[in-house]
Amino acid sequence: MTQPEEQDPGPGRTTDESTGVADGGAEGVADAVSCASLSYAFGDTKAVDGLDLAVREGEVFGLLGPNGAGKTTAIRCVTTLLPVPAGKVRVFGHDAAKERMAVRRLLGYVPQQLSADQGLTGRENVALFARVFDVPRRERAARVAQALAADRLAGTYSGGMIRRLELAQALVSAPRLLILDEPTIGLDPIARTGVWEHINAVRAVTGMTVLVTTHYMDEADQYCDRVGLMHRGRIRALGTPAELRRGLAEHQGTDTLPTLEDVFRAIAGSGLDDTSGGGFRDVRSTRRTAHRVG
Amino acid sequence: MSAAPAAPRTESADHTDLLLTPPVPRAGWRLLPARVGAMCAVELQKLRHDRTELYTRAVQPALWLLIFGQTFTRIRAIPTGGVPYIDFMAPGIIAQSAMFIAIFYGIQIIWERDAGILNKLLVTPTPRSALITGKAFAAGVKSLIQAVVVIVIAAILGVALTWNPLRLLGVAAAVVLASAFFSCLSMTIAGIVISRDRLMGIGQAITMPLFFGSNALYPVSVMPGWLQAVSKVNPLSYQVDALRGLLLGTPSHLGADFAVLAVAAALGIAAASSLLGRLAR
Repeated sequence: MTQPEEQDPGPGRTTDESTGVADGGAEGVADAVSCASLSYAFGDTKAVDGLDLAVREGEVFGLLGPNGAGKTTAIRCVTTLLPVPAGKVRVFGHDAAKERMAVRRLLGYVPQQLSADQGLTGRENVALFARVFDVPRRERAARVAQALAADRLAGTYSGGMIRRLELAQALVSAPRLLILDEPTIGLDPIARTGVWEHINAVRAVTGMTVLVTTHYMDEADQYCDRVGLMHRGRIRALGTPAELRRGLAEHQGTDTLPTLEDVFRAIAGSGLDDTSGGGFRDVRSTRRTAHRVG
Repeated sequence: MSAAPAAPRTESADHTDLLLTPPVPRAGWRLLPARVGAMCAVELQKLRHDRTELYTRAVQPALWLLIFGQTFTRIRAIPTGGVPYIDFMAPGIIAQSAMFIAIFYGIQIIWERDAGILNKLLVTPTPRSALITGKAFAAGVKSLIQAVVVIVIAAILGVALTWNPLRLLGVAAAVVLASAFFSCLSMTIAGIVISRDRLMGIGQAITMPLFFGSNALYPVSVMPGWLQAVSKVNPLSYQVDALRGLLLGTPSHLGADFAVLAVAAALGIAAASSLLGRLAR
């Protein structure tokens, strides 16, 4: 494995550090994801507004924030699904706007929606992703079997099973970066724990980086190494969950340690924030997922 | 970077745990056929799980041949150049039923978009043109199965078709190329209108004019001048002309037919690929 930063020491690097908190141990370690003043607008609505973000290799990074904060849009820019109209996005040093294929080879992606193909069996769903990642025929069956074993039509699966299937689809290509957009939305507590335990088990062996968005603060607190709290298109707070909670405690001058949810409320404000906009599509697809989960 | 996180990866790669090693990328020119193969395989797997579409789609062409074909054979109103009318229209019905399948692909790709399946495929190392080409050929595979069904029905009804394998291979090529074009036409419109409901309306609105504005049911010579002009730019006419020439041995322009179909398919793939990004937003 090469060090992508060395090939291209120029842009991106310096601006990443301007977020301040991301300085520790950055020397010699390539960032898995770096966004520098990334902006993306849907019409007049600025979904992402000058986002600076650095996800270190090997960590679980949680992107948190209220509906319409721009999390999903930012993630879609990182995955090359959306173009990068302003700013710079790099994945292991590869420019997401110019080297799309190189970026995609490194990614495993689980979108917010439950999106396994219902007309195929679990195994066929995973095999398709093995094929489009160029897994040679001779090792395809074995690789798929290692990722998942299932011969029922995915249409008959429960929500938790579909998520596990989607994880298998994303992991069959041994990605260096796993991107999950609200992976546990609509799942019961056991399925939620199951998803996280599976991710952590794979991470323990492969050392892959995980970038995840979630609305569940307890999950972020428990499973993320660092979190970034996004609001109105930008990161408003960054650090380990413990750092953020201690920070708020100092700010408020309280003795009892606040929860991550308190931090969320402090930054995103309470109640509905209609200026953040863009919420309808977010809510709609969330509802659709919840509906499919049943 | 070769320090901490990477170390376990290389070590346990020997323990045959495949999920620790990323697959080796295919060389550039081998990527496209591999993706096309993957898309076609998925299509066949879906058909294997649910064959109802295969049966229901056979009803309409069977009715065309049985009712329309047999009746018009008795009327003898259409100059077919000496062949019975049902023979004349059989290739037209093959082309029509294949087109109806292909036109559905735009709706399918919007459905896949709404279900999140398309987004996930777009994040794999698959160039957009390869994804569209794969879908286009998958439409071809499905149309091919449909063509076999129609040919069998026609044969049962006593249509004198060729069984020369080389000619049948030509038939397959014409069906696949035309289906690739029509599916790309539909996916191009999908990239423009984005919504499934609108596309369904447009699909309905264009299939009939394409069908009636072609030589599928009657020769170009009996059309009014303006319709002849429509037929001249309608790829369906070239497909029917090729199918008729190959299956019945009637005079045709195979060279021009295949050239038009190939160019139309290529243009369709280019147009649909360039608009696919809109569906990702």
